[in-house]
Amino acid sequence: MAIMILKNFAKRMFGIFFSKKKEIRLGFYGPPNAGKTSLANRICKDWTGEEIGTVSKVAHETRNVQFKEEVEIKYKEKTLKFKLVDTPGIATKVDYEDFMKQKMKKKEAQKRAKEATQGIVEAIQWLDDMDAVVVVIDATENPYSQVNITIVGNLVARKIPVLVVANKVDLKKADVKKIEAAFPDYDVVGISAKYGKNMDEFYESVFKLAKKA
Amino acid sequence: MVKKKNSGLTLKFIPFSEISKLDSLERIKKLLDIILDKKVVILQGRLRPEEETRLIEDTMIMIDKIKGFKGVELEVISGDSSDQGFFEKMRQGLAKFISGQQDAITIIGPASVVKEMKKDPGKLEVMVN
Repeated sequence: MAIMILKNFAKRMFGIFFSKKKEIRLGFYGPPNAGKTSLANRICKDWTGEEIGTVSKVAHETRNVQFKEEVEIKYKEKTLKFKLVDTPGIATKVDYEDFMKQKMKKKEAQKRAKEATQGIVEAIQWLDDMDAVVVVIDATENPYSQVNITIVGNLVARKIPVLVVANKVDLKKADVKKIEAAFPDYDVVGISAKYGKNMDEFYESVFKLAKKA
Repeated sequence: MVKKKNSGLTLKFIPFSEISKLDSLERIKKLLDIILDKKVVILQGRLRPEEETRLIEDTMIMIDKIKGFKGVELEVISGDSSDQGFFEKMRQGLAKFISGQQDAITIIGPASVVKEMKKDPGKLEVMVN
């Protein structure tokens, strides 16, 4: 009897420590207004029915790291569990006067700028905690900006697998080939997070990315 | 007689040898001190990726603390062609790590002086205020 109890206990403990499906921490990084939250929202809506955060045309809408845990994504009869980590856009400058141009009052603009700078520091500090990262780039913008290179360089230095997403392919100016040329060593997927375009290919790439994590 | 203050653009060239023996924090402090003096740094070589993020972090903290400081414009241009193969890059990687990738040039300027920098693989345009 005692042996049976011990056996069951050992089995349960083994189950807890070894067979529990690991939650993959998937980060969303990139410059401001690239569509990180739009993409995280799209994924969350597809698989949980809920959103992760608000989006806006004004830069630095996301000023805190925000999460969605236990997001189960299914692809070709396989299921993986993710913790989605949406981060504030990384920039090298923040000027409250830029927010005032968007019809914001001075005090509100200054508050937003202060929160944005703190958000950038927080985003950088979270880099070490990611299992894999999706770098979201606006496909209508110049991909050679140093912020993009710095983010990817840091992920490579930390041996964190990277997937590059060229977002906003619904816009005429979008140029996915330019982004592929800028990041020849990485998987690049062109999507529209806003309209859910090409999400199947995106999920396929996320599963490939998860294998490397 | 009133002397007119010279408000021209000042570029400060830093050879890699000047920072090669400094640790990361000293390097970043040295660069930020020059930038806070409203000068544009032209650095031979480049910082390591983790130094670049540390520079961004320290810049953000300074925006909060120093009135009128809006951050920096930062770009790196290097002799690397973007379509260079992975193995070629690997082969050169160690040598570049040791030498601080001296075939690269890093330009960092205060955002109040440098309005924008536009980079394509082969050229860099710097627009000043």
